[in-house]
Amino acid sequence: MEQSPLMLLPELCLLGGAVVTLLAGSFLPRQRQWVARLIAVAALLAAAVSAALAFPSHQDGHFGGGGDMETVFGAFVLDTATGVTRLVVVAAVLLVIGLGVDELAGTARESETYTLLLLGGLGAIVLAATDDLLVLAVGFLLASIPVYALVGMVRTPGAAEAALKTYLLGALSGILLLLGATVLSGIAGGTAYVDLAAGLAVAPAAAVAVGALAVLAGLLFEAGGVPLHQWVPDATQGAGTAAAAFLTTVPKIGALVAAARLVDVLPGPLPWPLLVGLLAAATMTLANLAALAQTDARRLLGWSTVSQVGYLLMPVAVVSSTSAAVPALLVYLAGYAVTNLTAFAVLAAVPGARSLADFRGLARQRPGLAAALVISLLSLVGTPPTAVFLGKLTVFTAAWDGGLAWLVVVAAVNTVVSLFYYLRWLVEAFRPGEPAPTADWARGAALAGALGVLAVGLGAGLVTALVGDGTLG
Amino acid sequence: MLSSIIFLPLVAAALLAVPRVPDRVARWTWIAVTAAEVVLVGVLIARYETPADGGLAFEERARWIPSVNSSWHVGVDGLSVPLLALTAVVFCACAVYGLREDRRPRQHAALFLALQATCMGLFAAQDLIVFFVFFDLSIVGMYAAIAGWGHGRDAGRSALQFFLYTFLGSLALLLGFIGLYLAADPHTFDIPELIAAAPLQDHPVAGGFVLAALLLGLAVKTPTIPFHTWLPPAHTDASAIGSAVLAAVLLKMGTYGFVRIAMPAMPDAWRGAAWVVLGVGIASVLYGALVALAQTDAKRMIAYTSINHMGYVVLAVGAAGLLGGGTAARELAVTGAVTQMVSHGLITGALFLLAGVLHDRTGSYALRDYGGLARSAPVWSGLFAVGAFASLGIPAFSGFIAEFQVFAGSIGTTAWAAIALPGILITAALFLRALQLLVTGLPGGRSIGFTDVRAVEAVPVTGLLLLSLAIGVLPWLLLDLITPASAVLVDLVGR
Repeated sequence: MEQSPLMLLPELCLLGGAVVTLLAGSFLPRQRQWVARLIAVAALLAAAVSAALAFPSHQDGHFGGGGDMETVFGAFVLDTATGVTRLVVVAAVLLVIGLGVDELAGTARESETYTLLLLGGLGAIVLAATDDLLVLAVGFLLASIPVYALVGMVRTPGAAEAALKTYLLGALSGILLLLGATVLSGIAGGTAYVDLAAGLAVAPAAAVAVGALAVLAGLLFEAGGVPLHQWVPDATQGAGTAAAAFLTTVPKIGALVAAARLVDVLPGPLPWPLLVGLLAAATMTLANLAALAQTDARRLLGWSTVSQVGYLLMPVAVVSSTSAAVPALLVYLAGYAVTNLTAFAVLAAVPGARSLADFRGLARQRPGLAAALVISLLSLVGTPPTAVFLGKLTVFTAAWDGGLAWLVVVAAVNTVVSLFYYLRWLVEAFRPGEPAPTADWARGAALAGALGVLAVGLGAGLVTALVGDGTLG
Repeated sequence: MLSSIIFLPLVAAALLAVPRVPDRVARWTWIAVTAAEVVLVGVLIARYETPADGGLAFEERARWIPSVNSSWHVGVDGLSVPLLALTAVVFCACAVYGLREDRRPRQHAALFLALQATCMGLFAAQDLIVFFVFFDLSIVGMYAAIAGWGHGRDAGRSALQFFLYTFLGSLALLLGFIGLYLAADPHTFDIPELIAAAPLQDHPVAGGFVLAALLLGLAVKTPTIPFHTWLPPAHTDASAIGSAVLAAVLLKMGTYGFVRIAMPAMPDAWRGAAWVVLGVGIASVLYGALVALAQTDAKRMIAYTSINHMGYVVLAVGAAGLLGGGTAARELAVTGAVTQMVSHGLITGALFLLAGVLHDRTGSYALRDYGGLARSAPVWSGLFAVGAFASLGIPAFSGFIAEFQVFAGSIGTTAWAAIALPGILITAALFLRALQLLVTGLPGGRSIGFTDVRAVEAVPVTGLLLLSLAIGVLPWLLLDLITPASAVLVDLVGR
């Protein structure tokens, strides 16, 4: 077990970048805040390079498998899942900054926003990488507090309400998570997951269930899964576009990997796969039905992200029963992140558009932007050859392999339902009409994202090779 | 060679979609590329030699997603070559007909070129994921064709119904594919490997579920009753070209899936389900014909005859799963099924293009609006009469060859198949009725002042009908390709 802080170079880059961005932003005049943006981007690039260099060379489908996994400070696992999470989170934050430039440039809180984005990204990585309940709690706070601030950053009544709702739900879930961590560590005699695996096997099932469910509740809030999802649509609709893009993407990455790590060590006799599978089914079904009636593009995307969490919970459910689960989760997370951010980039590129009808005339006026919208929405549906299709393929396969074939059928039916509302948006974009003015940076981000969506889908071989050795099953 | 045939239209589509080339250039590029595809497929057929021991010709394989054993694997055999040729010919005919399209012709050409690439890719695919990619993309392309260039009042609604319905089918198909993948050891999506392994051979329950998923997915696409309800509105509201491509090529994806994947990879389960498939086939034949007889709208009528004609294919592949009869009868049934796919594509493609002329001139498909077209539009009437007779199975056209083999083979396997025979009679009645309403008598209603077909409309229709005639007169041209492959398939199903 090495204790070199250099192993955490990507995280240190993010932390250092956040501090320097904040300091620089405090001293820079309003019209030169772009320097703060450059610092944040430089920190992210440094984090990306160091994460790529530190990417574990051993390839294994399971968490920290292969015997040569490295754990820093006894709580921070450096395995493939962490490596992929680092890369995806850093790339996601870069894309968020790219799509947010037009919206944020010159505003009063520009540098603070970048600081919060970096800290939230750091929190997501800590959540995903830790195998210790105490660090999990720290990661939860680090990932959620920036989100409260980001939601409330724009001073509108909607944002204020959403921030309050997010904060209240977040506080409740945070308390639940701490309670659960206390119970679990109390009965297992330790906070590290290795201790949990050993200690919980002989502990009373009821106590294990209470503790684990409470911790899972905290993670479900962070991911935006049923039953702690209510803040997601409100926050997505009320917050600024960049903040909405961030909060529907980055915290989910951390929370879902963390949930998978936790479920992986939970012992029988409680049927954890079935329980998480039911949560997954409830999440995707409820969110899809709720999304059907939406007319506001942001709110529709908000519900759409909740439904995607449903699909993402499928590999979490079967994490201990098939080695295909973790690679599937990572592939889906990467594909989902780039796809969702592309959709938000299109929103950011047409800042005046709120309702679906506001997108009329987009295809005529801005065919490139319309193409990006088509690619991102079809990817969210899961049409090949896009990123989320690859995710759905691997996730469905893993869930079936893990013994939850019924869940795969539920997910397939839900996919058809989701087609309905995504198409409604697309149809509006192709109707004639007077389009709103567009923003340049966000348009570039949308095009880059759309290319990324196709690249992940078509370069499927490379992506799956990265996330694990994976002959699935 | 095969990959370039698939990607040529896609590259051309991208070149037309991105830069703003003039409409004229776009139209002629479309024709040039589809003509090049016909030539390339012609070269492929000329160089095609039936591969030994049921293998593939022009096989190409490249790494794609090694972690799930899925690769870019394409290749052809006697089941796929005829459909590749059909696709190339139908799209070329549509490109010529499309010269008259004046609504966003550049995007129109790009869309149909992309759609052609997906169809070509599907019929050449030898990997389930590649197959699925093209299957799904063809749905997206057709949706855009109906929603963007359809002409009905409810084009958007029909397009949505089409998308939702066939997308549900495609997801069922995906579930079936995942089931096959997980059952195979080692796990693989490669079609020849799956066929060789026949992974669910000794698992009747799991095999039943997986086959049910595959059948659902393919039946929606074919479509057979009771999954056909998306077809009539989609046809009514699609443009002439859209309808022609939908009926002539896209419907074949369903039945092609039977012979390419479901039958050879799951012989045991297929034999178990053969009676069900046979029954659905018979029901589709009779129901499609009867409902077509009751239509007052020319295009809906042709759409329902598609259900009837595809019913013959389903009937034949169902009969091929019954081991009671001799091998020769089952081979005949499979050969008839593949011939019927080609024949239906040529003839129905021509009929839909002709129906498009009606709408172009008067905006109406109602049979009762016309009458005496023989006098005001003699060429149109002549072509429609030829198409109608070809479609009802008159000898000398491909339809006769196909339906004769389907019935000879199926009845040779089981006498129950004879129940479907009245379908032919009803089809004859409905086409004669349509001819009578449209063509005979004195010009009246919208027939007065009806402009006869123009060259760009007559040439593609004539071409398609001539090909149908060629197959009817010289059937060995086509049968020599298909017969060895159907022998291999019957062999595999009999395992």
